[in-house]
Amino acid sequence: MDTRDTPEQAELRRAARQLARELGPATVADLDDGARAKRLTGAVHDAGWLELRQDGGGGPVASGVESAIVADALGGAVADVAFTGPALAADLSRRAGCGATDSAVVGFAPNLIDPAVVPGRVAATPIYAVDAAEHVDVASVLVPTGPDYRLAQVQLDGPAEGADLTRVIRRIPAGASLADVHDQRRLLTHDDVAHWSALGLALTSADLVGLMRGVLDITVPYASERRQFGVPIGSFQAVQHLLAEARCLMEGSLSAALYASWAVDELAPDEACAAGRVAKAYCARAARTVCETAVQVHGGIGNTWECMVHVYLRRAVLSSQWFGDDGEQLLQIQRTRLGVDTPAAPSSGRPPGPAAPSSGRPPGPASG
Amino acid sequence: MDYRDSPAEAEFRARLRTWLADHDPGLPTSSTDDDYWAQQAEWHTALYDAGFFGLSWPGRYGGHDLPPVFDVILDQELAAAGAPPRPSLGYLVQGITTHGSDDIKDRFLPGLISGRERWCQGFSEPDAGSDLASLRTTASHDGDDYVINGHKIWTSYSDVADWCFLLARTDPDVPKHKGISAFAVPMHQPGIEQRPLRMINGITTEFGQVLFDGARVASENMIGAPGEGWRVAMTIVSHEREPGELGFVARYAKTVDDVEKEVRADPTTFRPDQLDEVAWAFVQAEMLRLHVCRRLSERLDGIQHGPGGSVDKLLMTWVEQTVGAAALAVSGPRAALDTEDVPLKVYLYSRAQSVMGGTSQVQKNIVASRVLGLPAP
Repeated sequence: MDTRDTPEQAELRRAARQLARELGPATVADLDDGARAKRLTGAVHDAGWLELRQDGGGGPVASGVESAIVADALGGAVADVAFTGPALAADLSRRAGCGATDSAVVGFAPNLIDPAVVPGRVAATPIYAVDAAEHVDVASVLVPTGPDYRLAQVQLDGPAEGADLTRVIRRIPAGASLADVHDQRRLLTHDDVAHWSALGLALTSADLVGLMRGVLDITVPYASERRQFGVPIGSFQAVQHLLAEARCLMEGSLSAALYASWAVDELAPDEACAAGRVAKAYCARAARTVCETAVQVHGGIGNTWECMVHVYLRRAVLSSQWFGDDGEQLLQIQRTRLGVDTPAAPSSGRPPGPAAPSSGRPPGPASG
Repeated sequence: MDYRDSPAEAEFRARLRTWLADHDPGLPTSSTDDDYWAQQAEWHTALYDAGFFGLSWPGRYGGHDLPPVFDVILDQELAAAGAPPRPSLGYLVQGITTHGSDDIKDRFLPGLISGRERWCQGFSEPDAGSDLASLRTTASHDGDDYVINGHKIWTSYSDVADWCFLLARTDPDVPKHKGISAFAVPMHQPGIEQRPLRMINGITTEFGQVLFDGARVASENMIGAPGEGWRVAMTIVSHEREPGELGFVARYAKTVDDVEKEVRADPTTFRPDQLDEVAWAFVQAEMLRLHVCRRLSERLDGIQHGPGGSVDKLLMTWVEQTVGAAALAVSGPRAALDTEDVPLKVYLYSRAQSVMGGTSQVQKNIVASRVLGLPAP
């Protein structure tokens, strides 16, 4: 057992963080700088990171660990470039034995948890293409075939939308027609989809870890510079303790997310999903608290559009919902570990009952 | 990055699992039952004699020279077998190893590690809690000895200890951090009075007060140089804050397992909020297990976390208190009706975790100033 990065992984982590820091948005205004965003997209493409989950002969080019390292780095800089979406599309195509392509993204059900499953020729509900690259024009969906699935595609023609200012969601209205996929060599089994979901849980968790690190990297210096009562606000214990708690939450999240990323390719589908659920439950709850702390410490300016912290918070909202937030993971954990037989998750993705986990209780007891 | 056992780790795990199947002492949980402490010495020596304790410590002193991650395996297997956690004394070993002379190490480490000699830790005083450096217990030179006078409190297991790792003021004329020295004080002598304390969950064998009234300790039992006591204390408390050093992961996993078993017996009798608490306790305990894996792996690079131990202490505290809250939630009205209810005791004990080893407030001060580099208040 050795959870340290290999030398290659450490180098990838360093390079990805450097690239994201150099080319990601440093200000809200930078989000409108198309030339910068184009350089970022080109650099991610040139680095080969979009190919990490493509077929490398008997498995992906690189493991879930490498993909999570990139997701963490891009999240840390709120980098406005498609990565997790293309990685998930590549992974699903590889499992289906399709040829490598970067022109499709995976379509999701309205709960953003499950891949869109379309029995028949026409989609009955809207489909959401999450984190689609600009040039992508189709979304892949699953068509039940006996106990398995074949892939089909729907055209993307709706506008980009969503809370996250750094990643694109394209909404395909209900009634979209399916086109066949001709180069699928294998049907996708339930296990294939579960394994693919484990990748989704690991990458969204890694993105949240990066977001926590990144937002603290701008908030801690701000607390050291911003002065009130003649002293830096970061010298007040009340502020110090908020930031100390946030740092702890980030460290714990990283420990859980690293394991989930390793589990993707090393453990059986149910075990990989279990590791992903632990990570996602912890990271989603922690990221919410950490980003809220960042808004609070920035005070009034933290509640303005120009302040970068809401870019982190907004991205955290999408990364939490995508593949299920903390409440959804706890519900799944209750099913698998406690034998709880609950009805299918409500469309909001929230568990029933009075203690919706995101109702404000932070990962650490407030009193401790 | 690889979370799998290496061949050597797998062999160790299999050997440990086999041994545990025949040697689980069937002790109750350490945090809730006085009977645990009555038999803890036997558990320590049994674990040690079988070759499963002191894994990462030097062979010269009875350890096994193994990488620190072997302790992760030990904690996992102890939890899986429902066995008691490993004895929590790694921080004393670290203190003696870091600051003790060769003579001190040769004299004291083997007995400490094997469990043949029992230790307690005399740091806190009634007026020196978070402000430890203001301690007033004195050690006055007298011939070849020092004479100890003072009052220690929160001294765990003092009633069964052979030795006390004591901090005392040896020089009252220098700034408070510089006049403290550390000693290994023999506990079986006149001039030492024990006063047990009863914790809020009813157990009486964990905490005590110790009054030193003219007790003696040989000068050669000083650990570190005269005036080095504060640095010795900081080495010890930074390790005392690390869950990897304490082995508490096994205790949390066992409690979560007990709570989950109760829910699984009939999940329909629990409300959704209770189920959420149990699932969240599992998530927290699993996070801490993985965090310890990471921290102990980082030690392979020679990284000692120092103030980072305060990060880990806060995480551990949140985990223990989340697990305690889940136990209480599942117990429901039983906790109110039965003063011997184990989940009630687990919950009540968990409140101490944000105080012992340095309060959460002190830990946050340390993280703010020394990890985040925020300006001094």
